[in-house]
Amino acid sequence: MSHSKMKSYINSYLTGQMSRRELLVRAGRMGIGFAALTQLVGAGVTTAMAGSHDFDWKKHSGTTIKLLMNKHPYMDSMLAELDNFTNMTGINVEYDIFAEDVYFDKVTAFLSSGSSEYDAFMTGVYMTWTYGPAGWCVDLNEFINDPNKTNPGYNWNDVVGNLRDAAAWSGVAGDPLGGPGSKQWCMPWGFELNSVTYNQRYFQQAGMKPPTSLPEMTDQAKWFSNNSGEWSYGIGTRGSRSWATIHPGFMSAFANYGLSDFENNGGMLKANMNSAASKDFHKQWVDMIANAGPSNWSNYTWYEVGNDIGAGASAMIFDADILGYFFNGNPDNREAGNFGFHGFTPNPSASAPTPNVWIWSLAMSQFSKNKDAAWYWMQWANGPENAMAGGVKHNQVNPVRESVWAASDFDAKVRGSSPGYMEQYNSSIGGSKIHFTAQPLFFETTTEWAAALQEMQTGANVDETLDKLAGKIDRMLKDVGLA
Amino acid sequence: MKINKKLFPYVLTLPALLVCVGILIPFFTAVYYSLQRYNLKMPHMKGFIWFDNYVRIFTDASFWNTIQVSLTYTFFTVILELLLGLGIALLLAKRTWYNNILGVLLILPLMIAPAVASLMWKLMVNPNFGVVNYFLSLIGIYDFKWASDPSTVMFTLVMVDMWVFTPFIMILLLAGLRALPKQPFEAAELDGVPGYYKFFRITLPMLFPYILTASLFRMLESIQQFDIIYALSQGGPGESSMVFQVSAYLTTFQYTNIGKAAAMMVVLWAIAYFLCHVFVKQWHKLREKTKGIA
Repeated sequence: MSHSKMKSYINSYLTGQMSRRELLVRAGRMGIGFAALTQLVGAGVTTAMAGSHDFDWKKHSGTTIKLLMNKHPYMDSMLAELDNFTNMTGINVEYDIFAEDVYFDKVTAFLSSGSSEYDAFMTGVYMTWTYGPAGWCVDLNEFINDPNKTNPGYNWNDVVGNLRDAAAWSGVAGDPLGGPGSKQWCMPWGFELNSVTYNQRYFQQAGMKPPTSLPEMTDQAKWFSNNSGEWSYGIGTRGSRSWATIHPGFMSAFANYGLSDFENNGGMLKANMNSAASKDFHKQWVDMIANAGPSNWSNYTWYEVGNDIGAGASAMIFDADILGYFFNGNPDNREAGNFGFHGFTPNPSASAPTPNVWIWSLAMSQFSKNKDAAWYWMQWANGPENAMAGGVKHNQVNPVRESVWAASDFDAKVRGSSPGYMEQYNSSIGGSKIHFTAQPLFFETTTEWAAALQEMQTGANVDETLDKLAGKIDRMLKDVGLA
Repeated sequence: MKINKKLFPYVLTLPALLVCVGILIPFFTAVYYSLQRYNLKMPHMKGFIWFDNYVRIFTDASFWNTIQVSLTYTFFTVILELLLGLGIALLLAKRTWYNNILGVLLILPLMIAPAVASLMWKLMVNPNFGVVNYFLSLIGIYDFKWASDPSTVMFTLVMVDMWVFTPFIMILLLAGLRALPKQPFEAAELDGVPGYYKFFRITLPMLFPYILTASLFRMLESIQQFDIIYALSQGGPGESSMVFQVSAYLTTFQYTNIGKAAAMMVVLWAIAYFLCHVFVKQWHKLREKTKGIA
């Protein structure tokens, strides 16, 4: 093999002068298979990173850092490229992986103990509303803004603005995310926005187009639930007794109707779930899930929602867009390839979607003894090159960097596997953010809210249940001096 | 090595004492935390508030609901498992080769972790593909809500608990039945005593200590049940299956409110202690009665 020739081809690809397809063809002519080429490109990326800027990647060579990670495609994507990081920096990376069911308990236990076992960890933004004010994770601004610690090519501003802001909070209840005084408790790594994924085959059979409002969605879902077909019911949404039931489609629609979870009076919060407008919204939502959702809705997590659309049990879901993306791309699912994606505006009076977002992020433990080395890993894992590799070669979808979304390879990959997904993303990203009021009792209040939804779905009076919920939440807030 | 005779009894009890201390340390730590406002995410608010946590939970309607649900769950699981376990033990009491095989097979559910059993039942009662709902549809029962409705969730949880833990009662009572002396039964046989009379006047009274022991163990486990309920319903829908352990788990790990969770666990301990006291008192009375008869 002509080593220099292959190297020049790789450099041309990395600088955008050659497409991926052309690189594959030329590598094939030289007898280099896809797997080997992947390794060479990755190494080329690393070399480019290591050499292109005046930044000492070897500064912490010989250090060992340990990561606490959740079992997830984003983690798999990172691990596939990890050798490149180790070769570039000389930093040895160890890691522990836990299933999501137990992961957050593990993180809470580790951080609350003050252990220095782990240096960095995966987290969701909501969790940092607990970890940050408790002093368990590091304000990453001290690293991001330090040119001695952050490589010049890192380009923090390449991360979608709403996501950067969502991962930053001052710690004061009610303060806007990303507002003045915000600390960067974590850095976005991959995210999900909430939109409609629907079974195109079923919709064609029913002569329907994707819904353009919540009332229309309700009518369509009821039609599916009341008419026999290959489906079992109309609309899949989460219903378990958990914050995760409020966060996806429900909060996205709640925000689209112009509603907020709390009134903020100078840092003193008052529950707003029982406002007149909120009660009307809840009645619509409860009507939809009670009459057109799965019969065991209160047991539904993202897993059941995704499985049902994949198996053709539901006609559509209003949940994380990547659920549809991953289940559509898995040939083991009965309905793989049949999904359509639709940016959804629930409020007939609203002009655009306002999806609530879940952001998988990376955070640094305050108790780490290797903070600078851990930051090297974090800026690599979250950097433009690894984000591109994750989006194009692996399954790091949705990527948090604008540059990945703009890349022709990523665009071609997504359009090829999931037609309509890019359009759904483009129509939704503008209004995508965390719509919750940042406050330290997030998990308590949203879990009680989910419990109230469950009661309403099984027939409890909506107005009374919401009044009771608001009263309970106000008491919780008062107990901790927030009301 | 010569051990002082005075010290010898204490040396013999030392392992048990160490275990006891090992158990008491976390207990007193929990009591200590229960007297504090101690939330991991609000370290600046940590401090002694004495019995405020207890006042707060006892003035919270949700907590009384938790007590009611926990006691209801305990009552039904213990009673139903006792009845079913006793019935099965009576059927297997005779030592035959098929009874021995059945006895082994019936223990199998006990070998399965309760959380795994719950997930298994969750799949079996799934309305889309669950085998149980299919069989119910054959007898005209459609869309049974199982753990998704407040009116059926307790039934579902008790059913799963019975499936897992009835073998435990069965083993204890079977051992008790096979250990009963044969002479009273032979005498009753000779006198032509009817079967039901034999059962209620001879078998049951002699078996009572075993019944009490089995009930005590099951009661203590049921009132602390976590796996089955968390796996199936997480304490929902609403609050309809919220038991002590699930509530305490959420309060500790999701809400990080250690003080409140510790107070809840101290209350659970008090309830369990009271119930155990009642059981043990009955057991002692029975022993005295038995000695009197002997």
